[in-house]
Formats: sequence, C-alpha cells, structure tokens
Amino acid sequence: MSTHSNLPGERRMVVEPTEVRVPVTGHKRLERNVSLLALGTLIAVSIGGIVEIAPLFWIDNTIEKVEGMRPYTPLEQAGRDIYVREGCYLCHSQMIRPFRDEVERYGHYSLAAESMYDHPFQWGSKRTGPDLARVGGRYSDEWHVQHLKDPQSVVPESVMPQYSFLADTDIDTDAEATLRALQRVGVPYSDRDVSLASHDLRAQASIDLDAGDLTERYPKAQVRDFDGDPERLTEMDALVAYLQMLGTLVDFDSAAPLEELAEEKGR
Amino acid sequence: MQAEAALFRAGLWFAVLILAIAAAAVAKDAAYAAHAGIIAGVALLLLTMSAGRFDPLGKAQGFFRMPEEPSRYDDDPVRWGVIATMFWGMVGLLAGVFIALQLAYPALNFEPYLTFGRARPLHTSAVIFAFGGNALIATSFYVVQRTCRTQLAFPALARFVFWGYQLFIVLAASGYLLGVTQSREYAEPEWYVDIWLTIVWVAYAAVFIGTIVRRHEPHIYVANWFYLAFILTIAMLHIVNNLAVPVSFLGSRSYSAFAGVQDALTQWWYGHNAVGFFLTAGFLAMMYYFVPKQAERPVYSYRLSIIHFWSLIFLYIWAGPHHLHYTALPDWAQTLGMVFSVVLWMPSWGGMINGLMTLNGAWDKVRTDPIIRMMVVALAFYGMATFEGPMLSIKAVNSLSHYTDWTIGHVHAGALGWNGLITFAAVYYLVPRLWKRDRMYSLRMINWHFWLATIGIVFYAASMWVAGITQGLMWREYGPDGYLVNSFVDTVAALHPMYLMRAFGGILYLIGAGVMTYNVWMTLAGRLRSEAPMSDATYDPAADRPILATAIREPQA
Repeated sequence: MSTHSNLPGERRMVVEPTEVRVPVTGHKRLERNVSLLALGTLIAVSIGGIVEIAPLFWIDNTIEKVEGMRPYTPLEQAGRDIYVREGCYLCHSQMIRPFRDEVERYGHYSLAAESMYDHPFQWGSKRTGPDLARVGGRYSDEWHVQHLKDPQSVVPESVMPQYSFLADTDIDTDAEATLRALQRVGVPYSDRDVSLASHDLRAQASIDLDAGDLTERYPKAQVRDFDGDPERLTEMDALVAYLQMLGTLVDFDSAAPLEELAEEKGR
Repeated sequence: MQAEAALFRAGLWFAVLILAIAAAAVAKDAAYAAHAGIIAGVALLLLTMSAGRFDPLGKAQGFFRMPEEPSRYDDDPVRWGVIATMFWGMVGLLAGVFIALQLAYPALNFEPYLTFGRARPLHTSAVIFAFGGNALIATSFYVVQRTCRTQLAFPALARFVFWGYQLFIVLAASGYLLGVTQSREYAEPEWYVDIWLTIVWVAYAAVFIGTIVRRHEPHIYVANWFYLAFILTIAMLHIVNNLAVPVSFLGSRSYSAFAGVQDALTQWWYGHNAVGFFLTAGFLAMMYYFVPKQAERPVYSYRLSIIHFWSLIFLYIWAGPHHLHYTALPDWAQTLGMVFSVVLWMPSWGGMINGLMTLNGAWDKVRTDPIIRMMVVALAFYGMATFEGPMLSIKAVNSLSHYTDWTIGHVHAGALGWNGLITFAAVYYLVPRLWKRDRMYSLRMINWHFWLATIGIVFYAASMWVAGITQGLMWREYGPDGYLVNSFVDTVAALHPMYLMRAFGGILYLIGAGVMTYNVWMTLAGRLRSEAPMSDATYDPAADRPILATAIREPQA
C-alpha cells in the first residue's frame, strides 16, 4: 500500500499550473469549463425525451377513440387506491399484448383508451400472477373475497399474500377530495360527480341506500354489496368493486368498436 | 454572536418541531401522521443538540473510531457515507432474501405490513437508492476533492446532503411498509418525500459543482463528467416523473399529472434512466477513479472516454420504450426505443473496454489482489448485462422475456455483479485510507467475499434465466388440439425450484456482504489480521509483459 498520497502529514503544496499557453480547442474547452460541460450534458440528455414523449401529448391517434370509457366511480377509485397501496401491480399486469396466446388467455388486447383515465397507469412489468386487465366479471364476488382472504384455499399452488385485513378495515377516504384532485389532473368528473362523491361511494356498495342516478353518470357501474357484509363498507368492498369492473367498459363483442379500430391507421 | 446563532438554530428546530406535531395532529391518514412524527423526532433531537451539550454525533464518531486529526481533504461526510453504504447494503440484501423466500413460501407474508407488495419496493429502494445512492454520494465527495485538489465547497451543505438523504431513505422505507406509494417503479415515494429529495439533490449539485469550480486542476477529470451527468440527469428525471397533484397537503396520497400511455412512457423514461444514470453513469464514475488507482495504471484511452461518455448519455435517454414493447404505446415509439437500445450496446462496451484495458500491464494483480479481481469481474458483469439488455430489447426476444423472471435475472446480473462488486471494491479501497489504517483487517476475507458473491450471482442469474424462459414458453405453449396447454397456475408451480435456487444465490451474496461488514468493522477498530499471504508464487517482472504474435513464431531455444 504505497498509494497514501493523501495523508495529512505529507506537505505537498498545491501548485498552480505553470504558464504554458497551449491553445484550448475542441473537447478540451468542455473539460476546462464546468458550465459548458453541464450545458452540453443537459442538451444531450434532453433530446431523447423531447422526441419520444412530447409527441404523445399532441399526436391524435396515440389514443384511439372507443365507446364506453368513463372515469371510475368513487368506490372503484377507492379500490384502485388500495390496489396501488398494496403493490398489486408488482405481480399483476393490466396490459394484454396482441399475441394469440394472450388474447385467448386474457381477452382482447388492451387499448390505449382503456387507461386514458388512469392516474397513475397500472400496466405493470411482471406477471408473477396473471394479467388482470379484463378480470372483471370472470369470477364471482364470493370467489374474490375468499381468494383475497386466503388465496391458497382456492388456488393451492398460488404464491399470493393473504389480504384478510381488507375485510375488517372500514374505508377511510375523502371521496370528494379524491375526485377533485383527479379533476385537476384532467379526469372529466362533473361538479355534480364531485359533490355526490361521498354518497356515491356508500350507495354503490349498499343494498339500502338509494344510488340515484349513479348508473347514468357512470354507465355499467355495478351496484351491490361486494364483500358479503352489507352492514359495513370495507376496503374489501372497494377492491372487489374495482376488480369486477376491470375491462368491462368497452364492449368488444359488438361490431361497432372493432370497425372503429379497423379504421385506425398510423399507430 | 455565537450565542445568538445557537439561539437562532434552537428556535428554528423548535418551529419545525411544532409544525411537525401540528401536521401529525391534523393529518388525513395514519401514514402521513407517522411521517410527521418521524420529522418531529428528528427536530427534537436537533433541538436538544443545539440547546445543550448533548452531542450524539461526536459520540457516534467515537463509536466508529473516525480519525480526529485535521486532514487535507474534508472526509467526514465520506466516512459517514461509507458506514451508511454498508448499513443500507445489509438492509437491502436482507430484504431481498426475505422477498425471494416469500415467493417460494407465501406463508412468509405477514399482512398488512410485510406482504410482498409492500416489501418489494423496500428492497429495490434500499439497494438502489440507500446502498447505491450513499455509495455514489460518498465516492463523489471523495473523488471530486482529490481530482480537483481542493476541499468540498460548502462543507455545511455537504453534511446536510448526507443527513438529508438519510431522512429521505427513512421516510421512503417506512412509507412503503405503511402503504404509501405512487406505484411508479423505483420512484414510489409520495409527493412530500419527492419534494424533500429535490431539495437535498439541489444541495448535492451545489456542493459537487461548487467543488469543481474551485478546483486547482485545469482539467475536469473524466470521473467527474460522469458524476455530473448523473446528478443533473437524475434531477431532471426525478422532477418530471413525479409531477403529481396531492389530494390534500395534509395527506400522503397524490395523483400523477399524466394518465395511461403518456404516464407509462414518462415512468419508463424515468425507470430506464434510473438504470442509465444512477446505476451506470454514477458507477462508471466510480470505476474511472478507483480502477486506475487500485491498478496504479492510467486510464486506457482518453479518446475512448470522450466518445463513450457523450454517446452513452445521449443514447440512454431514448431506450425507455423497450419496457413497453407490444403494449398500447404507439409502434413508432417502441421501434425507436428498440433501435436506440441496440445501439447503446456500443458505448456501454466502450466503458467496459476502457476499464478492463486500464489493467494493461497490471494483469498479474488479478491473481494477487482480490480488490482488483472484484473490479475486473464487476466490469465483466457490466459487459454481460449491457449485452443482455440490448438483446432483450429486441421486440421478438422481448415478446418471450417480458413479464417473466428473465428481466429480474437481467437486472440482478447488473445490480449484484456490476453495482454491488464495484461498490464493494471501492469501499475496500476507501476504508483503510479514510480511517488511516495500513490495510484492511483481512485480505483473505475479501477473497472469500469475492467468491461468495460471484457464486451467488451465478446461482441467481442462472435460475432466473431458466425460470424466465420456462415461464415464457409455458404461457405460449399450444397442444395438438389447438388449445393452450398450461393454466397460469401451472406456470407458477413450475417455478418453485427456481425460486429456491434464486434465494440460495441471494443468501450466498448476503453472507459475502456479512463477511465484508465484519472485515470493515475490524478495520475500523484498528485491527490487522495476521494471515498467510494470498499467493506464494514469486513475481517475475520479466514474464509480466504482453504476449506478442511475433514472440510465438520465434524458434524454441
């Protein structure tokens, strides 16, 4: 170990460079000027993002126009918040790729429009468990509740964690504030949606409360008790309501959307 | 004046304390209240420190036996950084082994706080941002002072950067377990933690650039270009990717400013360049200082370093869309991402070649010096991972590998092999110098660490390759009847042995890091292990020269 040139005992004075005037040109100018170096770096790292990301905001056919998309109901959104909180996206994707096996296993491949109101997106990057983009309506509410409480009791080989606490936890969310924040980032909730948010949240999972025009403002919204416990509004209600609506908004069985898609060009 | 300043400081911390307690009292959710509580605790500690003679920092410095005599360079933040690197490294690796075992034995999930979904961001953030981040900040402070032959600019700010960064880590990590997340991979912390990190990062940039400005060298050394690119680009990525609207300023939840497709590409533009600038540019900066120093050889090619620096930082930014192949992202963006990812192979290997060729004339040290050996293998893994990456970004390959464990294996070849080993080597280089010891406590333990880590990585990467390809092929397998052969859960069951092997590899790597922690601790304590030398072969300088083609053709004597 003879490289201890930095020991304090050693008295090596800092020597300013001697006056040898060599013209500084080319890359050497960057190497001698931290402002130029930083500027060059910033320019180099900005171009890629500007070219790739910025156009997505103004090229029209980035998101195809499809019938049926609507913002989430307050209950579905509460379920979505739980889905995010528990990190479900770490093992479940919500993005079906256009391959024969995926379409046969999960349903029609995912469209950009189907996540147009998703703040944040939940496409995922790993399938430790299956894709959930179209899981809505595939299983009964009872199956979901049982599966979330104890996955191995319905799928013995599953490696999914248990989430039984969801059934014991009352929903603690400010639905109006949630919708207002989403309104601010561009989700087209009406002011009436916002003012009714707390009521909508309870009414969608209740057999007693009057849901009013909930299903008119949110077409295809499913109104029922989801967790098998009508007395309480639990996080299980919200999460199951979210899972049961995933992929159900766009009707791929009718011809109209497919014809619209066929006309899409340039993607 | 002194008393006034102390009074001012105490008043400031008191105000922070009161604000934090108030925030905890009116918080909209429990996690936000818990975080306000943590900040109140920190403020209370600082208040008692500035008001009384209570000096936990001095005690801690004594505990870690930090040298007290003044030195030419400002190395206190570097020493703290090395300790934090070791600590968070052990935490992150332990969390990794834990979640690996959870995937093999789901009974190890303890709801609600210790489920895979909450523990996984804890693992990734602990290893990338806590272990890697501390290593980067510490080494950058060490390297910039020496290569600029000056002390850190703004010493107080440098200390704020270190401790502020630790607060960021604690808030992020505790938040994950409490369910506070934005669900953006590798950018999970919520809005208020993001704002705090932005403040810390701006301070970091000020210290680093300020130190370069006051340098006594005409040239800015190449390692500092990479550190600079890392600091500036991470600032840009962090700010854009975390644009969000909080539901309430008294609550932890926020909603991303972007939706769907735009949100996805913004996130993976960030995600891929967290790899490109945090885990590549920053660690290449470490490589450019510590490999030449340890090998006692100059950097192989100045010209290559210029070419690969500019091409690397320019090209990396484009590669994000390869995380979104065959998704609803427009095709043109996917194709651009693929093309640039493949091109990126070249500047990546430029860095590897420049590092490896620096050993020209010092190759004998691979045999005798386990630190050099660690650096060489780190560069080899860097080369492997940066070949595998472009390959996986080709759409046809990606159609099989995406969503599978192959990606996980790829990431770990880079993280464990490249980032882990080059950091360990840098710490082995730094500890004796920072604590003014003759050498590490034990050279043989470094050798053990090297082999445990290397074999651990081989187990990890090999098992995940097999798992990923198995999974990908089983998903798309059709029988002669034209139906899918496997249900999804069949593919889960098939991976169980691979998950066990992966956990075994992780445990080996963790044990290696444990040996290192012991070795570092004993070095701090001032102990030297008496042990047999690593090699008893005598050194023949005449034989240590490049083998030339002409030499082979010479007639045998």
